Amino acid sequence: MTAIVVENVSKKFRLSGHKIRSIKEGALKLGRNTYEEFWALKDISLTIDEGETIGILGHNGSGKSTLLKCISGILKPTTGEVRLRGRIASLLELGAGFHPDLTGRENVYINASFLGIPKKEIAKHFDDIVAFAELEHFIDQQVKYYSSGMYVRLGFAVAINVEPDILLVDEVLAVGDEVFQKKCIDRVEELQGEGKTILFVTHGADLARKICDRVIVLDHGDMVANGAPGESIRIFREYLHGHLTDVEGEPVAETARTHDPRVHITSVSFEHPGQPDRRHVFAGEPLTIRVGIETVEPVADAVLGLEVRDASGEVLYVADTEMLGAPLPPLVGAVEVAFNIGSLPLLDGAFPISIQLKDRHGGRLLDFREGQDTFEVVNPTRAGGSILLPVSVETTEPVTR
Amino acid sequence: MATSSLSDHELQLVAPRQPVAAHLRDIWRFRELLRNLVRKELKVKYKNSALGFVWSMLNPLFLLLIYGVAFSILGTAFDYFTIWLLIGLLVWNLFNTSILAGTASITGNSYLVNKVRFPREVLPLASVGAALVHFFLQSLVLVVVLAVVRYNVDWAYVWLLPFALVTLLVFAAALAVIFSAMNVYLRDTGHLLELAMMAWFWLSPILYYYMLVADKLVERGLNGNLLLLNPVAAPLITFQRALYGTAAIPGKQLLPDGSPLWYFRNLGIVLAAGTVLFLIAIKIFDRAEGNFAEVM
Repeated sequence: MTAIVVENVSKKFRLSGHKIRSIKEGALKLGRNTYEEFWALKDISLTIDEGETIGILGHNGSGKSTLLKCISGILKPTTGEVRLRGRIASLLELGAGFHPDLTGRENVYINASFLGIPKKEIAKHFDDIVAFAELEHFIDQQVKYYSSGMYVRLGFAVAINVEPDILLVDEVLAVGDEVFQKKCIDRVEELQGEGKTILFVTHGADLARKICDRVIVLDHGDMVANGAPGESIRIFREYLHGHLTDVEGEPVAETARTHDPRVHITSVSFEHPGQPDRRHVFAGEPLTIRVGIETVEPVADAVLGLEVRDASGEVLYVADTEMLGAPLPPLVGAVEVAFNIGSLPLLDGAFPISIQLKDRHGGRLLDFREGQDTFEVVNPTRAGGSILLPVSVETTEPVTR
Repeated sequence: MATSSLSDHELQLVAPRQPVAAHLRDIWRFRELLRNLVRKELKVKYKNSALGFVWSMLNPLFLLLIYGVAFSILGTAFDYFTIWLLIGLLVWNLFNTSILAGTASITGNSYLVNKVRFPREVLPLASVGAALVHFFLQSLVLVVVLAVVRYNVDWAYVWLLPFALVTLLVFAAALAVIFSAMNVYLRDTGHLLELAMMAWFWLSPILYYYMLVADKLVERGLNGNLLLLNPVAAPLITFQRALYGTAAIPGKQLLPDGSPLWYFRNLGIVLAAGTVLFLIAIKIFDRAEGNFAEVM
């Protein structure tokens, strides 16, 4: 059964340095538009089935929180509509809806009535909520004395212990200590098991991969992906990078090519066994890195080095043709060297590589290429982390005698 | 456990516009929230005060004492003036605080409006509700005073009081809903209203009596009941007629000598107008609420 239908939803915001806030100003500005329009969501359509867990990815300002707010009814769409069935619990912000002057207990009851839950029912769950939030000693204190962690815990505890049919979560999981985060994720998985519908906004592609059935990617208010987690996460990365280069201009390139004039690296390309237009490698697939070299004059004792880094710049692998026991022949004319990786043991992410051409004696740098070539790995499995371990599972049946 | 139970739930819709009926249904569905918000408003108001609710009652009690002393020295136009005054002020305060607190209710609860889903009209209605609770507490004082001085209320009219109260509340609620939405966009609304309410106070027969104006109107060849155009007037004079009566000044008439039915008819007209206004208010609110979270 369909739980949520989002139909052609667009949301327009008015951006203005000058919001009309007083009658005097209103009278003076009557009929003049002093605002700029900005579409936070553009014609989003989406159908979510009961029991699905959907992740919403997107960079800051992509409209993901706006979408969640439209679904939850906090904002009304400018055009289009959202239809849904069931009790929605939403966790959009830290301690949403708590009044600082009221005690934790009073706030729990008020919070529950926002979900349309009668007092009788919430009383049944009250102890669970308090236990889940680990606030037994503080529940009768005014929440203004709570730490931000306590706030989040209580808010989360209410939302997930009131048997919601639909749970909307917006990055609140990022707050709170690790132990509590784990507890929340466990509980979310439990709700998944019970067939609840869950939508959550996250920056963490790994978390999305771990618990989502489907991932949606938003970019500047457009929905650019809506599909299996692996594929959507790849698209998300592409947009994220595209977005970054938009801002920062040219990628770092052509730095200090103070190289030996006799030889240079002309090209680097990646090859995988799939379709040539696929721009990523799947974890566990073979990958070939081809390096093109052109010599003006023959070069005798050259060594070609390969360095693989992760997105944060940490070096994952360093080797050269010497270490690999495959010394280069004297280079004459155009040469191509291939590094063959039998099975890529990386799970997921973008991996920049650098290539150096050195002199074997003394290691003088002849040419190098850095920060220009990156290969992307997409993890088709549901495992998380950074490396691919070839794990298989075997269960031994107990022997009955 | 994972059975398909969603079909039992009714369909909820988030759309740019919603019919008034859907709003009314939502308000009804969230009546428990309304009750909780009223409770919250009262709790927050008296949080950390030792006397709590007693303050609500001390207020009219002191008013009685001080005015009583003052007018016993200054002399008054008619007997039991403080009782007359207390009746008028209780009714007026209910109307006044409903509207002023209601107007500030959305902006004052931005922490809810920005973060939680619920029918927003509940906020101004909760302000009206809180004002009503105050009214009841303060009325206790009035009842006690009436009992103590063995004042003769006019039982023939007392049965009209619940009706008068509902009439006043519907009108106040309608205005509270409209102004609460307006105040989000134009923050001056609240301040402007405070001035308007001051004028409205003097347009209502609280510090003076109805017939004073009615006689003057007739002298000038106008309809004596022009004052009834003020929607507060009908409930107000009903309260005065029932509780204060007409007996106080020999030879002088304070209130129109209509039958209970005449009062009832007046209330009915105002209630009908108030109901229509309330529906219009919901309609206006529906237009405005889409951008609440964005503007605040």
